[in-house]
Amino acid sequence: MALSYLRSSSSRSANLLKPLSSGLSLRSPISTDTTPITVETSVPFTSHRCDAPSRSVETNPKELLTFFRDMALMRRMEIAADSLYKAKLIRGFCHLYDGQEAFAVGMEAAITKKDCIITAYRDHCTFMGRGGTLLEVFAELMGRQAGCSKGKGGSMHFYKKDSNFYGGHGIVGAQVPLGCGLAFAQKYSKDETVTFAMYGDGAANQGQLFEALNISALWDLPAILVCENNHYGMGTAEWRAAKSPAYYKRGDYVPGLKVDGMDALAVKQACKFAKEHALKSGPIILEMDTYRYHGHSMSDPGSTYRTRDEISGVRQERDPIERIRKLILSHDLASEKELKDIEKEVRKEVDDAITRAKESPMPEPSKLFTNVYAKGLGVESFGADRKEVRATLP
Amino acid sequence: MLGIVRQKMLEQSLKKIRPAVAVLRSYSSAAKQMNVREALNSALNEEMSADSKVFLIGEEVGEYQGAYKITKGLLDKYGTERVLDTPITEAGFAGIAVGAAYYGLKPVVEFMTFNFSMQAIDHIINSAAKSNYMSAGQISVPIVFRGPNGAAAGVGAQHSQCYAAWYATCPGLKVLTPYNSEDARGLLKAAIRDPDPVVFLENELLYGESFPISNEVLDSSFCLPIGKAKIERKGKHVTIAAYSKMVGYSLKAAEILEKDGIDAEVINLRSIRPLDRSTINDSVRKTNRLVTVEEAFPQHGVGAEICACVVEESFAYLDAPVERIAGADVPMPYAANLERMAVPQVEDIVRAAKRACYRSVP
Repeated sequence: MALSYLRSSSSRSANLLKPLSSGLSLRSPISTDTTPITVETSVPFTSHRCDAPSRSVETNPKELLTFFRDMALMRRMEIAADSLYKAKLIRGFCHLYDGQEAFAVGMEAAITKKDCIITAYRDHCTFMGRGGTLLEVFAELMGRQAGCSKGKGGSMHFYKKDSNFYGGHGIVGAQVPLGCGLAFAQKYSKDETVTFAMYGDGAANQGQLFEALNISALWDLPAILVCENNHYGMGTAEWRAAKSPAYYKRGDYVPGLKVDGMDALAVKQACKFAKEHALKSGPIILEMDTYRYHGHSMSDPGSTYRTRDEISGVRQERDPIERIRKLILSHDLASEKELKDIEKEVRKEVDDAITRAKESPMPEPSKLFTNVYAKGLGVESFGADRKEVRATLP
Repeated sequence: MLGIVRQKMLEQSLKKIRPAVAVLRSYSSAAKQMNVREALNSALNEEMSADSKVFLIGEEVGEYQGAYKITKGLLDKYGTERVLDTPITEAGFAGIAVGAAYYGLKPVVEFMTFNFSMQAIDHIINSAAKSNYMSAGQISVPIVFRGPNGAAAGVGAQHSQCYAAWYATCPGLKVLTPYNSEDARGLLKAAIRDPDPVVFLENELLYGESFPISNEVLDSSFCLPIGKAKIERKGKHVTIAAYSKMVGYSLKAAEILEKDGIDAEVINLRSIRPLDRSTINDSVRKTNRLVTVEEAFPQHGVGAEICACVVEESFAYLDAPVERIAGADVPMPYAANLERMAVPQVEDIVRAAKRACYRSVP
């Protein structure tokens, strides 16, 4: 059951405060410092049909600071989106990622922009991890021209093809076969890159996932399926939806790894391991044990199917940003004030981006008819009253 | 019109590719024959030869040589990397193909019949058709979904549906319905080269039918424009608009009508989306009478769309109500006599054309 599992994780935080090897005693500016530091993950990895990677992860001050800043930015961005939604500047669906940030940053630390990522609708932070900007996020959420999809997609349809981020998908589970298709294309093109196809514990029961996994295993595709298990598929807890919630084992003949998804370094280690595996031996499943503080979406308070104690318990014991903060402080890589300053900077960046996004205009009416096709062939398209509004598709 | 098309295609310079059907070339003026199966096979072969990003994926397309032998010989020629046999998992392999198209490859997905495409319809509509729009042009999807569509013979209710109207509803898709071998070659080549998702609806009963074919059509650069209908038979008194197998039936109906002094103009739609509204309307403005013919279920069908479009654009030109011939409004029965009643026959088209002409017959 979800609740009992989470309570037992409170002892993990003890490991954080015992560094295995310390940084320099004289603090150098950590934004460029790449002196290696070795840190143990919160818990060892649990594996299925493979040898788990080591718990000892190599990192450095620069990386830890980047993790802290990026996650703080993502956190602030999602919280600001919450306010914008309540102010009715964001409409429709808005699925927030706060709590799950460690996965987005840990994965990026292990891969390149030539590797592909595809995810479902909880995509704002994944988009940022791929190099998206705050302006593109807020403008898209508010349906403005400066949005990453020029206002035509909305919260669930962020894309960034130039850094191989393929969205942003609204149909639960559809992104998994699509991701396996990206992996197919990478192998076909001999690119030596991999695809990370992310899905939730709710999507993990979708039939098409198993269809795609079967084909990926048959054809040795470099596909890494990542179950971001936040333990709730909308309002349904995992034990009510899955006969076997050991998602990392559900691939059967496909190896799997279970990872603490709130530990950015564990995520990085697992993704590095998965990439090596996928390039050599085909698909692998990663299960990220993570948590979302918000409800499923902005129309879900998130507290009718879980207790407030559970939510605050996770925030206290497992918050990904706090973990990195404690690591930075215990290794003496920055002072509390420096970290608080970073958070203030980040807050200002977010506020500035929102101001600029609000200034971006809504799309021109003629844009209703653009991009229906890549090659419109000069055909006619119609508005609601076709005798009033017609357009020729370019 | 074909001459202009050929000019444009030659400019795209596919001269290096040797046509796979060289054996059919001759320098005499006698018309060559080619069946639709050969036409599709040669089109696939030439496009795979011209562009290494094109690959085939579907059930039995490889070692079995294709459930209907459309992909015969292609596995031997292009290998297992480019001709992929899949398990019977339409949602999975259609999704994988769309993902590959996102990355920039050019998949040609075969559905053994379009009845099975319903298992993958979410990927056709939500993952393929809408992506270019939702991403404001970042993610285009150069994919072709092809296979037999509509009724075969005696295959029953679950294997006989026509999906033209379903797919043609969706903006972002292109839907093509070849009739003869020239259509099959030209439209399939155009579909594979097109950067948008194309649903290519063939007909099992037409695969074995032979049609005369010119040298121009046999050339590897031959391509037909998407969105343009063809006037198969010029006429003055009534327009008959049809697609796929029903074009053949309409042509037979026109021969019968001629004996009764009715000169029918038969339009081969070729493209259901985009629909060639201007050719249809120009024809109706000339003949003043319209019969639409389709094998599919009647409600909300292609005929309904054509009728609405003609009423909107050319109402003053209509001398009679638009007539609609379609499949019966029932699931396809098995018994041969009932099956015959469930699909349009030539006499149905003749009767409808005569009804449309009741005002005057010269």
